[in-house]
Amino acid sequence: MIHSLFLINYAGDIFLEKHWKSVISRSVCDYFFEAQEKAGEPDNVPPVIRTPHHYLINIFREKIFFVSVIQTEVPPLFVIEFLHRVAEMFQDYFGECSEAAIKDNVVIVYELLEEMLDNGFPLATESNILKELIKPPTILRSMVNTITGSSNLGETLPTGQLSSVPWRRVGVKYTNNEAYFDVVEEIDAILDKSGTTVFAEIQGVVDACVKLTGMPDLTLSFMNPRLLDDVSFHPCVRFKRWESEKVLSFIPPDGNFRLMSYHVNAQNLVAIPVYVKQNINFFDSGSSGRLDITVGPKQTMGKTVENVIVTIHMPKVVLSANLTATQGTYTYDPVTKILVWDIGKLTQQKLPNLKGSLSLQSGAPKPEENPSLNIDLKIQQLAISGLKVNRLDMYGEKYKPFKGVKYVTKAGKFQVRT
Amino acid sequence: MSTGSAFNDEKGGSSSTGEPEYGHDPASGGIFSSDYKRHDDLKEMLDSNKDSLKLEAMKRIVAMIARGKNASDLFPAVVKNVACKNIEVKKLVYVYLVRYAEEQQDLALLSISTFQRGLKDPNQLIRASALRVLSSIRVTIIVPIMMLAIKEAASDMSPYVRKTAAHAIPKLYSLDPEQKDQLIEVIEKLLADKTTLVAGSVVMAFEEVCPERIDLIHKNYRKLCNLLIDVEEWGQVVIINMLTRYARTQFLNPNINESLLEEGGEKAFYGSDDDDEDDEEKKAEAAALAKRKPYVMDPDHRLLLRNTKPLLQSRNAAVVMAVAQLYFHLAPKAEVGVIAKALVRLMRSHSEVQYVVLQNVATMTIKRRGMFEPYLKSFYIRSTDPTQIKILKLEVLTNLANETNISTILREFQTYIKSMDKDFVAATIQAIGRCATNIGEVRDTCLNGLVQLLSNRDELVVAESVVVIKKLLQMQPEQHSDIIKHMAKLTDNIQVPMARASILWLIGEYCEHVPKIAPDVLRKMAKTFTNEEDIVKLQIINLAAKLYLTNSKQTKLLTQYVLNLAKYDQNYDIRDRARFIRQLIVPTDKSGALSKYAKKLFLALKPAPVLESPFKDRDHFQLGSLSHLLNTKAGGYQELPDWPESAPDPSVRNVEVPEWTKCTSRKERKEKKVEKPFYSDSEGESGPTESADSESDSGSGSESGSEESGSASESEESEEESESEEEEEDEEEERTKKKKKIDKIKPKKPESAESEQSSGEEQKRSRKGGKERRSGSESESEEESESESSESESESEEESESDADTKKKKKTSASKPPPKQTKKESKRETKEMSLLDLDDFEPTPSPQVTPINNFLSNSLVTDLEGLSLTDTVLAPTTIAPSSSVRMHELLHRITGEGLGVEYCFSRQPFSPDPHMVAVQIQFTNNTSSETKSLHIEEPKLQSGMRIKEFPEIEVLPAGESVNVVMGIDFCDSTQAANFQLCTHTRKFFVSIQPPVGELMMPAFLTENEFKKEQGQLMGMNEITEKLTLGEKCQSDHAIIERVTATANLSRVPCGSDKEYRFAGKTVSSGSLVLVTVVRKEGGGAQLTVNCEKMVIGTMLVKDILQALTQ
Repeated sequence: MIHSLFLINYAGDIFLEKHWKSVISRSVCDYFFEAQEKAGEPDNVPPVIRTPHHYLINIFREKIFFVSVIQTEVPPLFVIEFLHRVAEMFQDYFGECSEAAIKDNVVIVYELLEEMLDNGFPLATESNILKELIKPPTILRSMVNTITGSSNLGETLPTGQLSSVPWRRVGVKYTNNEAYFDVVEEIDAILDKSGTTVFAEIQGVVDACVKLTGMPDLTLSFMNPRLLDDVSFHPCVRFKRWESEKVLSFIPPDGNFRLMSYHVNAQNLVAIPVYVKQNINFFDSGSSGRLDITVGPKQTMGKTVENVIVTIHMPKVVLSANLTATQGTYTYDPVTKILVWDIGKLTQQKLPNLKGSLSLQSGAPKPEENPSLNIDLKIQQLAISGLKVNRLDMYGEKYKPFKGVKYVTKAGKFQVRT
Repeated sequence: MSTGSAFNDEKGGSSSTGEPEYGHDPASGGIFSSDYKRHDDLKEMLDSNKDSLKLEAMKRIVAMIARGKNASDLFPAVVKNVACKNIEVKKLVYVYLVRYAEEQQDLALLSISTFQRGLKDPNQLIRASALRVLSSIRVTIIVPIMMLAIKEAASDMSPYVRKTAAHAIPKLYSLDPEQKDQLIEVIEKLLADKTTLVAGSVVMAFEEVCPERIDLIHKNYRKLCNLLIDVEEWGQVVIINMLTRYARTQFLNPNINESLLEEGGEKAFYGSDDDDEDDEEKKAEAAALAKRKPYVMDPDHRLLLRNTKPLLQSRNAAVVMAVAQLYFHLAPKAEVGVIAKALVRLMRSHSEVQYVVLQNVATMTIKRRGMFEPYLKSFYIRSTDPTQIKILKLEVLTNLANETNISTILREFQTYIKSMDKDFVAATIQAIGRCATNIGEVRDTCLNGLVQLLSNRDELVVAESVVVIKKLLQMQPEQHSDIIKHMAKLTDNIQVPMARASILWLIGEYCEHVPKIAPDVLRKMAKTFTNEEDIVKLQIINLAAKLYLTNSKQTKLLTQYVLNLAKYDQNYDIRDRARFIRQLIVPTDKSGALSKYAKKLFLALKPAPVLESPFKDRDHFQLGSLSHLLNTKAGGYQELPDWPESAPDPSVRNVEVPEWTKCTSRKERKEKKVEKPFYSDSEGESGPTESADSESDSGSGSESGSEESGSASESEESEEESESEEEEEDEEEERTKKKKKIDKIKPKKPESAESEQSSGEEQKRSRKGGKERRSGSESESEEESESESSESESESEEESESDADTKKKKKTSASKPPPKQTKKESKRETKEMSLLDLDDFEPTPSPQVTPINNFLSNSLVTDLEGLSLTDTVLAPTTIAPSSSVRMHELLHRITGEGLGVEYCFSRQPFSPDPHMVAVQIQFTNNTSSETKSLHIEEPKLQSGMRIKEFPEIEVLPAGESVNVVMGIDFCDSTQAANFQLCTHTRKFFVSIQPPVGELMMPAFLTENEFKKEQGQLMGMNEITEKLTLGEKCQSDHAIIERVTATANLSRVPCGSDKEYRFAGKTVSSGSLVLVTVVRKEGGGAQLTVNCEKMVIGTMLVKDILQALTQ
């Protein structure tokens, strides 16, 4: 399936290559560079590139291109999903998935890749299993290893490989047993010029950090599971229980993982927590423009809206911006043409406003379209859909774990058209 | 080399030793010396005795490989370390070896023996990794070794090793395709594997090696469907894709009626003016339609759809896509809708995932638009989307457009047109054009909108609009001459060639509508002709020709001029076109008849172009595949076959004696009995004191023992083995238990011997014959059974026995080997005739013997005790609460080359060593020659495990079966015991893995003792689970039966009738295992297991839970 993998940085250097079958010359990447040049933006590089003898399937993540070489028919999503899994594994092991981290840990990376694929077919992709095979690097362990000469590799087959719960390693021990769940919801919305909602929906995830001894069997129930319209689960969740009782019953993996993601029924009107009044004008004469934006809280359910950031991709002709903000700070990058206004907290009393003039390239025609605003925000202790965790029960183990649930609402792809 | 040293700098802290030696400036030494020096250094480190130095060297070498540097000259130094003890060094050497073995084949051979040794290692991880590396070495010479290794690993007892074997198959196949036939055999074998771990990998191998051998799937189809949900994600994708193809060859089109109707309608339309022949055809078609009308979905087809559906909720996008395509290709139209939601969810994922999903959605929306209509808004475009995503979303939106939603879509398109992304704007204009052609109502609106765009400041936008307008105008040119005029004016400004060409074509085509403007446009064009692009030039010639034909007065000279210019153009297309047109339109002497028709040729009415989605008809590629994405066949793509006209025989998927059907039927039977009032009543009032039973053991022991030996002497050729066992047991206190048990389980010993005596060809006889024989032997066994009945003094006892017998008989008759029989059985023989008859006709012999389940005897004991019967009666049954004795296959007769071996846990104490679990093994010789010296060799055991081998069987004649008992001390773990079964010719690797319930033996406690012990096993040692009792598990009997069938426990009396207690202790360490089941209202129950061995407790809870909830 997956023949080879090349990791390429933003500058176009191939800094790692790994082959699972016979070696394929790295010159095959030239086709990729060609496509990259054509696409301009890294986002626009087609995920699947056809070359005379191979197919290149690539993803772009954390400023690294993961380019895999395929020779025969294989579902493209299979490869894409796998490459993302690889990136996530690096993140998990090294704390970040960056060129520097990969270069620093090149041997572990190689060992990981070796375990993850056999002959191009995924072998072990569960983090819990891999961590039993190859221990993640820590300062302490590397010191111990240099002194004692012991290795980072496990010597026996991870028990998970053979059990019916391959995602969990056995023999987990903690002195503090804790299980934390973060309910994170994102509002995806498109608002039009007048502020009416063109499209809005809520996507949510339940991320878990479970550090429990032994083989706990957890059951998580919601107060209002009917809200959830579409769900996808970590493989540990027993789907039958969900179907029949709408509770999440699972033996959790050890550590951090995404328990479920969900989509909230679009029929329920989505509360939009902020409103934006904007007025952007470009003048035909004098090559200038005016900008006036006001942001205010709307349906916030009594919580404070924090971390509000407005991002605007200006047309190319905008040279500079001369603005004043009543709250927060703004920056304008004349190279990328991105205006960022970092507002911070929204309060009822004073509505933040950004006003001023834009200077355009002289002689150029005025931009056809006004740029749209992308809004970022965060509301702590609130799931905007109203979803509430009812209770968490643990079976199979005797101790009492610490339990906690946190709610956060964020803006996802929240866009205001102008 | 500068990069090399630079890399080492980057590596920084991780490589410390030897760094200064070559970390110096490359200028002084020059390339070669530093290169030489470095490798020298590494070689030295590799040769050293210290593992840490070796490791360091290997790490650096691997880092070189990772960077793509050549490290091949180190091969000899590295390969020496292949047998290194340090596991990390070893791993890295493997990495190196796999990378360079192909280049240095001879040297690579040096390492092979290490792997061969590794293949025999007791550690499964080492066996697996040895096979992995061995199969990854691409050296043709070792193909036979690889083949052998794969074959052996395919029957390894570790599923992980078997999985690795499955992975190795495609490797070997790519190395040497001539091994295909042999590999297919291995694949066939592995396909039959029942573990989820192997399933995905072997299907992958199947897809790469022999995707055309769909027949291999038949027998495994249902198993694959049922396992699917538990297979790991990647395997799921492969299996689902394969099953899609399989289903297309085996089932009927669920939408067949629909498609036929459509087809029929079309036929009628076209064939309306045809002759009789066609009518007949129509009739046939109609007949076929009528015949097919009652479409019934094959249950296997339904099974596939049902079992894949939950996977739509997978977190893995590839799995979701695989299920979606399966539904798209296989499900009835009404059910396909479920996939839309899941696909829309994937749109939230990474942009690469979005890209692929949108491509597939685009194809789906053409065939099944309704499915995605509710999600229209999810495809709205954001300014931050990458262009390629925008364009795909646009495609989907366009496909989804219909009369009802077109206004919303157009409004949305209006915002898109203002986007800064010009490629996207161009695509939007195209999309508007397509909406306009598809939906008549909005054509004018769209056209007006597009015309407005003509005054856009961006040239690209205008150009694209022109092209689209041109296409739209072709549909109804008469009404739009003003638009054409407007466009004519644009020629002064627009520079985009395609747009100019479009305008010129329009003017030429409709020059009659704009008679005044057209010649003027030609005049302007003639002026700029030489500077135009080729496509524009061609259209100028075209325009000139058309004008010449309609309005030659005004344009004759202009046309001549243009044609003359074209004559000397650089492009030969243009020169050719000019020459061709000149001949056609300018009448000369030579010009033939054609010039008369010039006008017809040029100004014929042209059909309007159909604006089609580029995704039309892409669905002939399997969705989700690479080929679909690229819209061309990728290498190795397997065509998705068309539905068959009539379904192939569905019975091919029937597995020989489907286990589950048997189970249910058995359960049903039990159920019936349980409902008899007698048992349930007595069950309720029973409060037995089981402690008394142990005393009664010895008494009854002698009796049944003599009985047994009597029967043994009767049969002339009774097994030596069993006799010796008996002798041994004479000394044993618990001997009777065993005796009784053997009596029940391997009754065929004396019987078969007998039958052989009576007729030599016994085994060749039909089943019927066998049955006759059995009834024939009845008289012989009558006496014994009489004695037995006198023993029991209770009708119920006998009934229960006969119940068990019936089941057993069913089992035995279904199994191929010569039928087993007990004395007890034979007693009831006549009564059971009819039943047997039925069973005897069961055509498929089973490789597996269904368990005997005389659970009733167990509960009966308690009943009978309540009735205060004599001890002697109770003893045997109590001590052997036998419950389910299920035969497991140890060696299939095909793999065993005719030697079939099965085993069961007889649940009797193993007399030579009470810490061992008794395993009863049954050998059946299915060959035509005798097998000699059967014995066990080379047990490979986990530490602490022990095996007590059975005495060697010297001769096993053809067609004969023999039973032996061996003991295994599993050390209270469910690890498999691995050993070799040897005959005089062959050795077979086999393994026995005990279910947790077999690791214990019954312990007899009083209620008080039970409570006391339970009190001491609280806290961590107690596991409590709530459960809902399965439908068939509501009665007392059922619960008791299920629990005792799952685990070798005995019942403990209990005051409450809602509570059931069981006790046992582990065989090896004697730890107590206490099980309590408390029934609650409404079918609920609570299960508590107390055991100081938590692992056993956990596993037992799981097993009992499963047994009770089913």
